[in-house]
Amino acid sequence: MTVNFEVNGIARSLTVDTRTTLLDALREHLQLTGTKKGCDHGQCGACTVIADGRRINACLSLAVMHEGRKVTTIEGLGTPDLLHPVQAAFIRHDGYQCGYCTPGQICSAIAVLQEIRAGIPSHATEDLMARPQATNMEMRERMSGNICRCGAYSNIAQAMAEVAGVKA
Amino acid sequence: MKFDRPAGHNPIDQLRVVGKPTDRIEGRLKTTGTAPYAYERHDVVPDQAYGFVVGSPVPKGHIERIDIRGAKASPGVIAVVTTLDMPRLEKGPMNAAYLFGGAEIQHYHQAIAIVVANSFEQARAAASLIRVNITGQSGQFDLSTQVADAPLAHGKIPPLDRVGDFDSAFATAPVTFDQTYTTPDQSHAMMEPHATIAAWEGGKVTLWTSNQMIAWARRDVATALKIPPENVRVDSPYIGGGFGGKLFLRADAVLAALGARAAGRPVKVALTHPFLMNNTTHRAATIQRIRIGATRDGKITAIAHESTSGNLAGGGPEAAVSQTRLLYAGANRLTSMRLAHLDLPEGSSMRAPGEAAGMMALEIAMDEAAEQLGMDPVQFRILNDTQVDPEKPDRQFSRRQLVKCLQLGATHFGWNRRNSRPAAVREGDWLIGMGVAAGFRNNLVTKSGARVRLGDGGLVTVETDMTDIGTGSYTIIAQTAAEMLGVELGQVKVSLGDSDSPVSAGSGGQWGANNATAGVYAACVKLRRTVARKLGLDPDMAIFAGGHVQAGGRHFGLADATRDGELVCEDAIEYGDLDKKYQQSTFAGHFVEVAVDAFTGEIRVRRMLAVCSAGRILNPKSARSQVIGAMTMGVGAALMEELAVDRSRGYFVNHDLAGYEVPVHADIPHQDVIFLDEVDPISSPMKAKGVGELGLCGVSAAVANAVYNATGVRVRSYPITLDKYLDHLPQVL
Ligand code: FES
Ligand code: FES
Repeated sequence: MTVNFEVNGIARSLTVDTRTTLLDALREHLQLTGTKKGCDHGQCGACTVIADGRRINACLSLAVMHEGRKVTTIEGLGTPDLLHPVQAAFIRHDGYQCGYCTPGQICSAIAVLQEIRAGIPSHATEDLMARPQATNMEMRERMSGNICRCGAYSNIAQAMAEVAGVKA
Repeated sequence: MKFDRPAGHNPIDQLRVVGKPTDRIEGRLKTTGTAPYAYERHDVVPDQAYGFVVGSPVPKGHIERIDIRGAKASPGVIAVVTTLDMPRLEKGPMNAAYLFGGAEIQHYHQAIAIVVANSFEQARAAASLIRVNITGQSGQFDLSTQVADAPLAHGKIPPLDRVGDFDSAFATAPVTFDQTYTTPDQSHAMMEPHATIAAWEGGKVTLWTSNQMIAWARRDVATALKIPPENVRVDSPYIGGGFGGKLFLRADAVLAALGARAAGRPVKVALTHPFLMNNTTHRAATIQRIRIGATRDGKITAIAHESTSGNLAGGGPEAAVSQTRLLYAGANRLTSMRLAHLDLPEGSSMRAPGEAAGMMALEIAMDEAAEQLGMDPVQFRILNDTQVDPEKPDRQFSRRQLVKCLQLGATHFGWNRRNSRPAAVREGDWLIGMGVAAGFRNNLVTKSGARVRLGDGGLVTVETDMTDIGTGSYTIIAQTAAEMLGVELGQVKVSLGDSDSPVSAGSGGQWGANNATAGVYAACVKLRRTVARKLGLDPDMAIFAGGHVQAGGRHFGLADATRDGELVCEDAIEYGDLDKKYQQSTFAGHFVEVAVDAFTGEIRVRRMLAVCSAGRILNPKSARSQVIGAMTMGVGAALMEELAVDRSRGYFVNHDLAGYEVPVHADIPHQDVIFLDEVDPISSPMKAKGVGELGLCGVSAAVANAVYNATGVRVRSYPITLDKYLDHLPQVL
């Protein structure tokens, strides 16, 4: 099947197997390998991308479902020479080790900060009537779909706090 | 370079670059998704086909027949290779289970076939059409039923070790303690699955893979494929986590190579997570009995640690008693390891093999013994410190500051606020507790080589087959070369993980940082002398600083030495017997505070601190990350990680990243790490030691002890899950 969608601002047309996930369309067809494949079934968050403004697990989504949509991957956020502020904060705070979960963490972190700004509550939000704040627990709760087996959590929390302008 | 005397003053001591909390030099690649991992190397070879591996559906048996007709006829399929197509492939010295070949099944999900197709979807679909007939055999899957008669584990480490007379000393000790602890099977659960792209060119094969030990991988691929090692190239510049799971050759590499040969084109293979947890290796479960005899004022007079674990034939024991031979004083000692035969997947190295599981038990025992003695657990440990190897009292520790780690940690953590009476501190709905444990892990020295090039414009390139598994190797190697050659960090390029480069220590056993940088040091010493000679300077007097070289009042740019072309030097660090003369180990004090919901029993880790004594810290930023990552894994081991064994069907049931729970963001609070300002000149010219595993050893027990302090419930069987303590919690209403 053919799917037409926009990836990192560029219109793309791909012929894919109906079984091809968005993740494999990105990694194998478009060779955008920044998005990582960990578990390939929604358990780790390594494949997190931003689709139409929301973060999703690209492994749980078929490519053909994205007809006409916009997908942003880690490659669309910044480049080695022009980092996104969250990417720069991860480097400063050593918010990674092996680096394999990192693109997913960064995509999630950016989306989480947007979700909090947009007033979307989470399990950790104490007062559902008040605007959620970028507290340590609020961010940690929302980031919990992104596993880091290297255990960089404490540093990722500090990187996010710096970007959010709060204390870790 | 031979290192057989303690290091004197050397250029590393300038600490102009080394010892600084430098950002990782590959950070921009990792954060932008441009660091290439094994399965992603689209650029290295064209026309890659996709392989999908099929595993055995039973744990033990004999394959009668594999029907590949359906798979072969499936769309897009190029080749199918089954284990019946060849005899058992020979395995390397560190593997227990066979990776492929032959009809015998040794464990669940052992690889039995690979399907190669034009696309991943086609290969996966065709793989599901493979039919296999197996005559199953019964097996042993339950460690607990075998403790009584498991034999001693003869192997590299002596299985039974006696000093003095434990039995009579224990029998006559005024205070005695005797308990048994269990640790479960655990999975590395690294984020990047094992993956390889293989391509043949005539009789030569290249593997772009994810492996911690390049030279071993090359050797073992050659053995499996019966080709000379020179015909194998292994390249692994980025590794998405290993934790010991990628120390040894695994089925992905072998099957990619076999698949590529059968398909006549390059093949890429990734094991899936649900497959790899039974197909590859794990940390084996243990049952550990610990006995401590002491005087009434808390001096240990007798200590025994006996551990039983299981493995497949040819596999070793989980060496859970190692640290007990060295950590605490006491004249009468007994340690032993027993090994049961199990038909579960292979038990092998996982981060801090031996000590991680051993310290989980020993450091609860120390907490319990201290309580029985009415002593503070920090004081009890300090009282029983030793500055010599307790088995060989004329052998000193090269550097041992365990007491300082504990004292500084206690002060920093506010240990004096701890109430020694359990279940006595309540904040609202929460029971609060603090726990402590010692951390201990040996420092291993091993030969490590590197090549250093000085090229145009003074650009320095370091080449070694050392790997960076998240440990920070790229950065500390660049720091070492920059320090040695007097250039800025940005002037140094580092190439890792390529078997065409000199053989290094590789990544494992927390030996990578110290040995690999020492190897780079050795190559840089040679290059410094070569540069000096080239410039007509006295090599013994030359000073390298600011991109310049000077001696005897003469002064050159470093780049002047390359006017006739690049200078290339290669050397390796090789060790004498300093590790025999001295015991080299690393130490920590781990402190943890937990809150336990008085009603639901939910455990929250609130604070964590590790104080580490581990020689010179080459890069405090990446070293700290190693430690917090290990502390995180320790929380997992304490509270959630367990491969659940199906004792009748013989496999790990929860074999994926949702069933096998590991800590997530919400589980981990801010973590503090303090490194003692220390150098260990007996370890290497870098005066550094390992730190990546130290951070794990002891943490889980500190969590367990904190849970006990909070609740008064002692759980001796990891992980500490609700089912084990909920109905013992103190009355709340
Ligand atoms: S790869 Fe998609 S969630 Fe793990
Ligand atoms: S950096 Fe390795 S898994 Fe997160």
